[in-house]
Amino acid sequence: MLDMVLTTGFMHLTVGNLVMWLIAFVFIYLAISKNYEPLLLVPIGFGILIVNLPVTSLMKEGEGLLWIFYHYGLEWEVIPPLIFLGLGAMTDFGPMIANPKTLILGAGAQFGVYVAFFGALILGFTIPEACSIGIIGGADGPTTIFTTVHLAPHLLGTTAVAAYSYMSLIPIIQPPIMRLLTTEKERKIVMKQLRPVSKREKILFPLVTVVVVCLIVPASAPLMAMFMLGNLFKECGVVKRLSDVAANELMNIVTILLGISIGGTMSVEHFLKPNVIFVFIMGLVAFAFSTAAGILLAKIMNIFAREKVNPLIGSAGVSAVPMAARVSQLMGSKADPKNFLLMHAMGPNVAGVIGTVVAAGVFIALAGR
Amino acid sequence: MSEVTAPMAGKIIDVKVEVGDTVNEDDELVILEAMKMEMPIVAPTSGTVKEMRCKKGDSVGADEILVVIE
Repeated sequence: MLDMVLTTGFMHLTVGNLVMWLIAFVFIYLAISKNYEPLLLVPIGFGILIVNLPVTSLMKEGEGLLWIFYHYGLEWEVIPPLIFLGLGAMTDFGPMIANPKTLILGAGAQFGVYVAFFGALILGFTIPEACSIGIIGGADGPTTIFTTVHLAPHLLGTTAVAAYSYMSLIPIIQPPIMRLLTTEKERKIVMKQLRPVSKREKILFPLVTVVVVCLIVPASAPLMAMFMLGNLFKECGVVKRLSDVAANELMNIVTILLGISIGGTMSVEHFLKPNVIFVFIMGLVAFAFSTAAGILLAKIMNIFAREKVNPLIGSAGVSAVPMAARVSQLMGSKADPKNFLLMHAMGPNVAGVIGTVVAAGVFIALAGR
Repeated sequence: MSEVTAPMAGKIIDVKVEVGDTVNEDDELVILEAMKMEMPIVAPTSGTVKEMRCKKGDSVGADEILVVIE
């Protein structure tokens, strides 16, 4: 009888396990009650809960179920590129093609990535760890995961959760920075309607982009190639079945595996460490600086440009599609209800995704194993 | 006469005025949903609604005329 009791998890429970359960319940609560990134926080929260049930060996190397998902899905770099395939199939690059200047805003909004990188170095993190922390500022979950698995897999749960948490908090984080850095007059700048983009341009875009970006930053190829393939599926118009599967069923399947794998990495021994708090702080710093850099770059562009851009669209350069663009729209319509910035903000928004992938590729190339 | 157009493609999820209604500048005319975001389309000027070119549930394209105000 005693032997049987000793084999149960109850005898091996620690305070740390209970703390992790609490974190798991908070995630699940936020997802269900507050609708914060529910598609990810539900599986992540559940993953955290089950990996912190003692003696279950779910993350035991070579045999645990979650370890198998993690190993073949993330360590083998299968899941993030498949998510990018789906993102590509859902992304309309039209606003960026119509106004290529927004590409600069998307690139400029990666500034926070480098600020957080140096900040993390100063705090004592290693170069690979600092790269993984910095990339949180790109506001792109799959890219953060891809970079962290490459460079600092022990930080995976922390950086992934930080990235997704801050993405869901974008409507809270960005507006004060946007108000601080813009005048009422600037917020009222009305941008003229974007020109229509032809089907030929939309088909050529992924083909040209994948060649150019992968030649410049080869390490970004897995994400960039899948991103552009998904977009080609969408825009070419002859493989609707593939486009639909990439954007829906496949995306949903890999999201489940991604969420539960990330949750699986958040066992008490990996997550409850003092440096976790620094990762979250630097992630927030990265987000704030990226937002500010996008806005300031738009203001600098306005000094030289004949047609002014509303600086509020600069903050959308932090990828987080389409939340950041929605915030630009909301702030713009508050200043002038007749102002519609949503489609203009989608330009830097999708450019930001490309910018973050490029930044990740640079980090992996310079600090990779 | 002022023609109110859709700023982007989307779906009309609510219509706030009828033909003959008097509206003031910035009054909401219709609610357009695009990219899961609800955006009120407001009157660019005060006047009377002369024509409604859209109804609830319609999908509209960018630049499509939604309301005519006189």
